[in-house]
Amino acid sequence: MSLTSTIEPTVIRPDVGPKIDGSFSFSNDESTSGVVYGAAVRSTVAHARIRAVDPEPALQSTSVLAYFSAADVPGELLVGHIIADQPVFARDVVLHQGEPIGFVVATSQEEARRAAALVRVDYEQLPVLEDPASALANTAPILHPEGNLFRRVSLVHGGPIVPAEIEVEGLWQTGRQDQAFLGPESALAIPQGDGGVTLQLATQDLHADRRQIARALDLSLDLVRLELSGVGGAFGGREDITCQIHLCLAALRLGRPVKTTYTRSESFLAHPKRHPAKMHYRVGADTDGTLRYVRARILLDGGPYASTSAPVTGVAAYFAAGPYRVPTVDIVAEAVRTNNPVSGAMRGFGAVQACFGIESTMDLLAEKIAMDPVDLRLRNALRPGDVFPTSRQTVGVSAPVVELIERCRELPNPDESPDIEHPYKLPGGAGCTTRGEDVVRGVGFALGVKHCLFGEGEPETCEATVTLSRSGVEVWSAAAEVGQGISGILAQVVSEELGELPVTVRTASSGAGYAGSSSASRQTWMSAGAVKEACRNLRSQLPAEIDLSERTTLESVGDRKFEAHAVYRAPETEAGDESGAGNVHVAWMFVAHRAIVDVDTGLGTVRIVQIATAQDVGRAMNRLEVEGQIRGGIAQGIGLALTEELCSEMGLVTNQGFTDYLLPTAADMPPVLIDLVETPEPSSPYGLKGVGEPPTLSSAPAIASAVRAATGAAVSRLPIRPEDLVLLT
Amino acid sequence: MNSREVFTDLLVNGEHQSVEVERDTSLLNALRSLGLTGTTGACEEGECGSCTVLLDDTPICSCLLPAVVCSGKRIVSIEGVVDPALSDALIKHGAVQCGFCTPGFIVRITALLTEHEHIDRDRVREELAGNLCRCTGYEALINAVLELASPQDTRQR
Repeated sequence: MSLTSTIEPTVIRPDVGPKIDGSFSFSNDESTSGVVYGAAVRSTVAHARIRAVDPEPALQSTSVLAYFSAADVPGELLVGHIIADQPVFARDVVLHQGEPIGFVVATSQEEARRAAALVRVDYEQLPVLEDPASALANTAPILHPEGNLFRRVSLVHGGPIVPAEIEVEGLWQTGRQDQAFLGPESALAIPQGDGGVTLQLATQDLHADRRQIARALDLSLDLVRLELSGVGGAFGGREDITCQIHLCLAALRLGRPVKTTYTRSESFLAHPKRHPAKMHYRVGADTDGTLRYVRARILLDGGPYASTSAPVTGVAAYFAAGPYRVPTVDIVAEAVRTNNPVSGAMRGFGAVQACFGIESTMDLLAEKIAMDPVDLRLRNALRPGDVFPTSRQTVGVSAPVVELIERCRELPNPDESPDIEHPYKLPGGAGCTTRGEDVVRGVGFALGVKHCLFGEGEPETCEATVTLSRSGVEVWSAAAEVGQGISGILAQVVSEELGELPVTVRTASSGAGYAGSSSASRQTWMSAGAVKEACRNLRSQLPAEIDLSERTTLESVGDRKFEAHAVYRAPETEAGDESGAGNVHVAWMFVAHRAIVDVDTGLGTVRIVQIATAQDVGRAMNRLEVEGQIRGGIAQGIGLALTEELCSEMGLVTNQGFTDYLLPTAADMPPVLIDLVETPEPSSPYGLKGVGEPPTLSSAPAIASAVRAATGAAVSRLPIRPEDLVLLT
Repeated sequence: MNSREVFTDLLVNGEHQSVEVERDTSLLNALRSLGLTGTTGACEEGECGSCTVLLDDTPICSCLLPAVVCSGKRIVSIEGVVDPALSDALIKHGAVQCGFCTPGFIVRITALLTEHEHIDRDRVREELAGNLCRCTGYEALINAVLELASPQDTRQR
């Protein structure tokens, strides 16, 4: 097969049939006889000392079986998948609204929730650290013994900044976005006769969860068995512990199965979200637009617990200068503790925020020198063989930035004026209240870049096992199918390697070898790599009479069963040195977005007319699924740009429901034109790259740019609010 | 059975079923307690459309309606929808990712296709705006509907 051809999918993803007929089992659909239900008692305040907790009012109900709290945790109280700083249950203090304090178990989910609300918690309110900008001041409340700084990353190359011919400066801000996966957190814990526990759950990483559960419950790893249940979306929001330990603890103590399902409002409080960011950019250039320097200061609001704040800070810093040739960079990114909701992983992982910062500043530069913003980007775009501006790595052959810009720019443009006749086509939709006399159109363009896989020296391996018997091939993998289609891709890899045989991808469990998380645009690369190697190992051990190229293969297998295992190792990376330079990332994903918008300057409403995108995918494993990732990622970019923000006042969330946390609907979604640019990545299986995150990088910045072009408004924050567009002087 | 609970008779997918509910138990939870777990709930405040079922042929959010008021009405949940052409179109266009919203969309689309033989893209977008999908960006869902109901399509449904 030629390296430049798209692999034609031969397999329909195995989960699609059951998802269509309603028989697919999501985590909330799991049940078993004798099951009882749990509900967490959560802090109603953002920062307080806990004087006392009185569960008696809850325990008086005959349907309530037990109440568990910090005193019941037999192992380590603190969990966290990178840094263990978050208590399973708050004991002495609560540091954010919604922090779990206890867990009530009752005979029904409704009874458990009712009872949880009856637990009396006596709080002594403490000063709320709300503004991340004051988190490091001497007067700030100290939220952790080691201080309020999670991580500071400083990347300085190319000597001190010297004044440039042209200089522009901007302050940019992005809001707190929720992953808002549709299937709320849910799981079922079943105690086992050997003193262990089985947990059926929705997660992105079975092994990271198992490690934390075992540690908190003081159990050996083999006594904690995790089975992936149906996952109703993830997007980074299922990387952290929520209900897992509460359920396992309760199941082991009660000796019976315990289940929970969060309400939507509880889900909003329970998992970490995208870091809100404040960014100060200064960019210097020659009069012809050639970049001389990028100076950026990025402040991320991490909330009170670490989650993934440290690596998110690194990503924000490393992609703060965009996909450009920049001789001098001076970048400082930091994440700090506050009493706001916990921040962590969400699709794009720090690079989304930085992309809005650099791309918005590039627009300022284009305006100042009166240059076409697309031409400005073309002039400065990284080419293969260039030095990446922040890590100083040499960019390899798979860096088609120029091609992306040109191909995105060439996608058809609905060259028309705003359609003010049709009510569906007015900004604000059918419910609009003007006749469209103030509607103006604008076009915006933005580039995005992020690495795939973990990077920064994080060792990365992935295991898989394949078996061959008369009935076909089975794949054993712990890769979490979160909706992205990994189960179909793994079946497709088997077909690529072994031929058109019946393939079953077994439900992921912790019993399969480590696969790592379905995150960081890594799982297809890593697990495809492992399954590919396992297939080749399998082939090498087959006796001569089994020829997999023959249709009769399975008959010749007879009663024998063959099994092969593989551990795929990603190319190694290293942490950056003091300046941030080093072999920090394995590979980059580049993307271009063009947005066309209509804005009603009387109402401040925005309608997106069209999004066009060219995306560097290395090599598309499955065009249909790649395009699905692109459209879905752009929809989340539209949400970030226009409607989605989890707001809080003094740490208390003011919109924890879909009534006022607004996800884009079908009516908000424009046509999306997609051009896949395939330049195979030399270091990956099949030349593929991750595809999940890039659509969310520059879609929102392109929309912001289009709104600026249409209105002349500064658009210095996301999401864009009507008042940002109508209160112009 | 405690004092809050009552039996109610529901006509679901053509079958009479007796279900034990509280007076405020939603139709969604009543259906799920009957083992009909294909209907999902993502918000339980009528915003996401995941729990859409047909009530006397009209799509409704089953999370908002107490089961006891649905007695005597015809309920169709995802388990009662059989539409191979729609399934094929959803698969062909890649309209299913995590699948949590899929049953609600299918029920909604079934009603839409019954109501309109022909429908254009703008109308489909508006008609589907009551159902949230977080994975697909909707276009594949819209294209699947248009394949079955666009003016160019002459097939009989």
